[in-house]
Amino acid sequence: MRGGGGSARPRGGSRRPGTAPRPRNGRSRTPWLYLAPALVVLGGLLAYPIYQLGLISVFHYTQAQVSGGEPTTFEGFGNYSALFSDGQFWEVLLATVVFAAACVVSTLAVGCALAVLLTRVRAVPRLALMLAALGAWATPAITGSTVWLFLFDADFGPVNRVLGLGDHSWTYGRFSAFFLVLLEVVWCSFPFVMVTVYAGIRAVPAEVLEAAALDGASQWRIWRSVLAPMLRPILVVVTIQSVIWDFKVFTQIYVMTGGGGIAGQNLVLNVYAYQKAFASSQYSLGAAIGVVMLLILLAVTLVYLRLLRRQGEEL
Amino acid sequence: MKLSVRMVAVAAVLATAACAPQTSGNSSSDKDEKTGTLRVWLFQEVNNQPKEKVVDSVLADFEKEHEGTEVTVEYIPVETRAQRIKAAFNDPKSAPDLIEYGNTDTAGYVKDGGLADVTEDFGAWDEAKDTDPTARQSVTVGGKIYGVPYFVGVRALYYRTDVFEELGLDVPKTQAELIATAKEIRAAKPELYGLAVGGAYTYGAMPFIWAHGGELATGKGGSYAAAIDSAAARKGIEAYTSLFGDDNCPAAKCAAMTGNDTITAFAAGKAAMAIGGDFSHAAVEAGKVKGTYAVAPLPGLKAGSIAPAFAGGNNLGVLKSTTHRTLAVDLMKRLASKEAQGKLFEAMGFLPTFSDVRQQVAAKEAFVKPFVATLAADTKFVPASPAWAQIDAGQVLPTMFQEVVSGKKDVDSAAADAAKKMNEAFGSAG
Repeated sequence: MRGGGGSARPRGGSRRPGTAPRPRNGRSRTPWLYLAPALVVLGGLLAYPIYQLGLISVFHYTQAQVSGGEPTTFEGFGNYSALFSDGQFWEVLLATVVFAAACVVSTLAVGCALAVLLTRVRAVPRLALMLAALGAWATPAITGSTVWLFLFDADFGPVNRVLGLGDHSWTYGRFSAFFLVLLEVVWCSFPFVMVTVYAGIRAVPAEVLEAAALDGASQWRIWRSVLAPMLRPILVVVTIQSVIWDFKVFTQIYVMTGGGGIAGQNLVLNVYAYQKAFASSQYSLGAAIGVVMLLILLAVTLVYLRLLRRQGEEL
Repeated sequence: MKLSVRMVAVAAVLATAACAPQTSGNSSSDKDEKTGTLRVWLFQEVNNQPKEKVVDSVLADFEKEHEGTEVTVEYIPVETRAQRIKAAFNDPKSAPDLIEYGNTDTAGYVKDGGLADVTEDFGAWDEAKDTDPTARQSVTVGGKIYGVPYFVGVRALYYRTDVFEELGLDVPKTQAELIATAKEIRAAKPELYGLAVGGAYTYGAMPFIWAHGGELATGKGGSYAAAIDSAAARKGIEAYTSLFGDDNCPAAKCAAMTGNDTITAFAAGKAAMAIGGDFSHAAVEAGKVKGTYAVAPLPGLKAGSIAPAFAGGNNLGVLKSTTHRTLAVDLMKRLASKEAQGKLFEAMGFLPTFSDVRQQVAAKEAFVKPFVATLAADTKFVPASPAWAQIDAGQVLPTMFQEVVSGKKDVDSAAADAAKKMNEAFGSAG
């Protein structure tokens, strides 16, 4: 890199190593040149929509503005102040954070436990477990949600019949509805954790595990003191992934609680934003919710990465 | 120096141009071509064939009359109509000239700048004088008319004749009797809902509020104020929500039900009574209860009175962006004429919006009698405000009923909260 990067724009393959007039400048520019195609794509697909989102969120922008019935007016932070003064927003935000946290913890626990199990069982059960997990993974969220809803249906669901619960409705109570959705979310997202962690465990040298076993370490002890520290980078990735996924959960809540549950008791931020932005055509308010979500997720991810850095872990 | 000033100016212009979200120039078109292709969007019904036949016969006459014009009709699915029509407003070039739309959407579409003002054309139309007042109200916003009523839909009480006979019950004549009868049936037959009700069934709940003299909102023209928290309205909410419980329709199941859910339950033989529309007739006929049910008007407070019903239905409207205004208005009048509405009733069972045509068809078809009687008694309409779309989509009223039904709030505070949300919507959407 140092040699070839002499000239900022090498012409026709004429490379003159070491003859660069300003080697420092050239060196800092060349990587950008190589990155340019990726940056252009990222900019188009990521930065521009986010820019539009931010833009819409500072205007008064409803269907009347989109279709030209009324002029678009600049609102500044009007949408944000309307949002922050809305008691329901804070309630939904709290519910989203708690629900996402519960989902992340459950998904990681189930995924890691099954990954360890995978390394312990023989080929046939392992294959069966893998196939079952991949099936859950491959199921579209809307199909999965509908099937879960049917399983727990008050009148026709097999779960109530097996448990002898009569016509108990799982979606009526706030916590029971959230619990039902949590089960579905865990079911469709644990395979990613399981497969990733399993691959990680496979990469851990067998001698290390053998040594731990010879020292008389229990399964739990091996996980906690040997595997978990060695798998840390992988666990970080799956945790961040899960946080982002579960914070943004939409389909499951929308389908299973009928768009937010009885009197909106099961709303999470994403569904709330959808209800505001698309169902009621208040695009600017929906955009403001989107920006707030983006900032929260960025903050969570940055803080998490920071904490890891401080512990001397490189990603 | 000059150059840099100019560049700053250019940059500023670019920045402002880039700094406002997109809007479409949906101004009314100056063109009024007398030939060419007219595009029409109508709703796709569950069994659409008969509707197509009625429409096609109107089109044949229209094309014969107007040399050099052609009409293409597209039947759009009801579920995605909101997106389709929004998209049509956003992109006038690919928009149709004439659309069918739900009558609760009128004020919203007018505010969006999508519908053309046809007040003069409506006034000059000789058949318009027989349009019933509620139907006329459903195309009127701020004193101007934005379309013509296509058909009306109204709800009444469906009940199981076999259950009533077995238990020796009479058709309830007052609202109190209705509630008592529902609970009596549930007590005798715990496997049935007495009267299937839904927490998300706004238009089934409204007759209870209207019967007590309550209103959704008061006001006219641009400014409305919520009235859902008035004493009379609260009595109606109390009456409707008293139907949720183990003695009629358990809250755990019924709180989340919509109007369609209650009709499905009735058609499947799981309810002894339900509040259904004339448009629900086909669904009930296709169910288990075929032949063992009848329909009566939903009773009001006094014996023999009918609770005011919500006058639903669809309208036809010309888009502001049309380049064939005269032709589109003519076609609209033809599609919604007395003759065409009479044929549409025969084909689809949709009730005509002209009082005289409705009387004629009621004489022929026995099943529509209770619905026509309901329409003749008193019907109400939602506030003609663009805020209504927001209130409806924001689930303000279902939330209120569900809060009461699930015991989260009492009637007073749930109604007060709903009124606050409605007033916010009236305030922001005008």
